[in-house]
Amino acid sequence: MSRMVYADHAATTPLSPTAKQAMADFWDKRFGNPSSLYYLGQEAKDDLEAARAEIAQCLNARPSEVLFTSGGTESDNWALKGAAELRRGQGKHIITTSIEHHAILHSAQWLEKQGLEVTYLPVDAGGRVSPSDVEKAIRPDTILISVMAANNEIGTIEPIEEIGAIVKAHNVLFHVDAVQAVGHIPVDVKAWNVDMLSFSGHKFYGPAGIGGLFLRHGLRLPPLVHGGGQEWGLRSGTEPVVLAVGMAAALKESVEEMAVESKRLSALRDRVLDGLSDIPSSRVTGDRECRLPGTASLTFEGIEGEALLLHLDAKGIQASSGSACSSASLDPSHVLLSIGLPHEVAHGSLRLSLGRGTTEQDVDYILEIVPQVVSYLRELSPVWDKKAQKPIWRS
Amino acid sequence: MLYSEKVMDHFEHPRNVGEIMDADAVGQVGNPRCGDIMKMYLKIEDGVIVDAKFKTFGCGSAIATSSMATELIRGKRVEEALSLTNAAVAEALDGLPAYKMHCSVLAEEAIKAALGDWYRRQGLPVPPECVIQKEDQTPGHTYE
Repeated sequence: MSRMVYADHAATTPLSPTAKQAMADFWDKRFGNPSSLYYLGQEAKDDLEAARAEIAQCLNARPSEVLFTSGGTESDNWALKGAAELRRGQGKHIITTSIEHHAILHSAQWLEKQGLEVTYLPVDAGGRVSPSDVEKAIRPDTILISVMAANNEIGTIEPIEEIGAIVKAHNVLFHVDAVQAVGHIPVDVKAWNVDMLSFSGHKFYGPAGIGGLFLRHGLRLPPLVHGGGQEWGLRSGTEPVVLAVGMAAALKESVEEMAVESKRLSALRDRVLDGLSDIPSSRVTGDRECRLPGTASLTFEGIEGEALLLHLDAKGIQASSGSACSSASLDPSHVLLSIGLPHEVAHGSLRLSLGRGTTEQDVDYILEIVPQVVSYLRELSPVWDKKAQKPIWRS
Repeated sequence: MLYSEKVMDHFEHPRNVGEIMDADAVGQVGNPRCGDIMKMYLKIEDGVIVDAKFKTFGCGSAIATSSMATELIRGKRVEEALSLTNAAVAEALDGLPAYKMHCSVLAEEAIKAALGDWYRRQGLPVPPECVIQKEDQTPGHTYE
């Protein structure tokens, strides 16, 4: 294998050396339980609170507004189920979008089974939700609005601040799944007027297994996890201090580097998008302007995404796809269908998510290999019209 | 690993890719909505399959099962090829993940669709197993 190019940073990121260093002492020396009264425990408690304060600062929140969870999925589940419980009796309607992560969609579907009603807002061809659609969907019995800050598959950034301003005029809770945003684009819980915001450590070069939920001061969300009363009784379970310290160090570093790194990544991402959209019968998915710095996503007609991924993997490029065959489901990604792609086009999707380790040479390699593999698979494809350079469904 | 070494071998180096211009039988199954289409071309002399080629739009296991299916029927008599099962294709590949078994079904059906075409061209009654239930196709689209 000539080269290894990891291009799946939206799935997970490698642990930053800074975070690893920050965590080093905690495995064997500073291992105390923050609930213990003796020195080792109290020292751990201090370290945990220092980590919490650092994270709060990065989100423009108060330290007491940051709660540690096991990750983005738990935070999303807690926000939706907790809000439904908290506002039980006041209403039974939730507004979200059709392109949310499954942690939101499946929680919403579960709540529908419990008798709640959910509106799934459509998005435009670039994957953007319209703030006026949000406003129009608000009913007297609406209790919660949940919109993602940035989409994991196509990288589209949503107009959260505008939606937050609309929500402010209504007595409705506002949750934002910011798992793909935190550490990558500026996140400000005050400016966004959010009540709850989910994030995940391993998406910004922190450790996996930890995330958090911002919970606006005064909001007593009913616990999802019951037990020993940690996190002010809201989220029980012995706090993983080592992971919290690692996540805080990683986030601080990401926020410090953000201005420079997002500029560098956006340029690399645009090279990928411009270069690969020269392939005939290809298209960029997601909004070209409002887009995460590292996320390049495209479709190539006439081929299937999983076959593309396997060939890229054999050449050392690790990426992902929203095709049905790259998961165990029968349908291609709900996100790609929501932006209006027909099934047969969505099957040929590719997401390359770049990150801190991605270099110009990596992009050169991507631009060399991807067109080769696409054209090889099209040679194999009975639906590809080689002469017309398009699939038979468009001739 | 998701796939066996044999699946990966047939996926990365598929056997018998292409078209046969003067084919004696052609069969196509699947639909683009599901992301799987297999097209089989057969050359048949004196009731023996002397050549088999395929083109496939689909995932890794769809390509691997097409490749293996063509290998398994080359040199076989038509009646023998008719009895090829999806399980035999999957077994020859040292197995497939459960949710990819439908790819082997598609490979079996592609062979049967092509053999059905041969019986039709010969003016012979088409064996019932060669009648493939067409899956729903996206309205407004036409396929061969």
